[in-house]
Amino acid sequence: MFKRRHFLSFAGALASAFTLALSTAPAAYALEAGQAAPAFNLPGQDGKNVSLANFRGRYVYVDFWASWCGPCKQSFPWMNTLQSKLGPSGLQVLAINVDEKAADANHFLTAVPASFTVLFDAKGSAPAAYDVQGMPTSFLVGPDGKVLFVHKGFKDSDRAELEQKIGALIASKPAEVKP
Amino acid sequence: MRGVRVLVIAAAACACCSCSFQPPKPWQKGALAKPEMTMAGDVLELKLNEHTYTTKEAASGGFGVGGGGCGCN
Repeated sequence: MFKRRHFLSFAGALASAFTLALSTAPAAYALEAGQAAPAFNLPGQDGKNVSLANFRGRYVYVDFWASWCGPCKQSFPWMNTLQSKLGPSGLQVLAINVDEKAADANHFLTAVPASFTVLFDAKGSAPAAYDVQGMPTSFLVGPDGKVLFVHKGFKDSDRAELEQKIGALIASKPAEVKP
Repeated sequence: MRGVRVLVIAAAACACCSCSFQPPKPWQKGALAKPEMTMAGDVLELKLNEHTYTTKEAASGGFGVGGGGCGCN
């Protein structure tokens, strides 16, 4: 009888612990096209804070990158050309660094220079809000602040298709504000 | 005996709590991305071993990319 009681209490504890574990697990809802892009306000390379809201009326290419991410290194030259080609049409590239140590990010930036805006988020609040599923991940945000598409990863073979896709979207609905 | 019971319950709760620990998020994998964190000591050696294994032991596909039964890897 005692053994049985013993077992029951054990099983009860097990079940309650499991439910607790399940209920505390955060729900994974990836940010999709059509949803509003979560706001962020992060420091840039000059120390001044940049907010996504500053770019209302323009297209924003939000890219999450890290110094330890190989494909990110490939994407930087492409984002440089994207900024120079489509910047005049109202596109702004905002590359959010998620490195925990600023030194790692700065080392990367000296090796792979960026001609677009780089922001720093060591705490990872922005990638959490965007529910980034892999590194790098980028989001094209439209003039209305809604996500137009999500692109996971980066390969050199993505360059032409991505650029064409972004160019077509801007051409179909020109930015309200141009630099 | 009551002490034992409490201990068992505490141990069970503790063991199950580990289920709720989340794996690192994609943007938190900086330390895991370091070369010294690979399972094999040498990347080239690992690649050669994999190649030998998958081609010589009819175990094509199942490790990394490639494979799929064409016998060309």
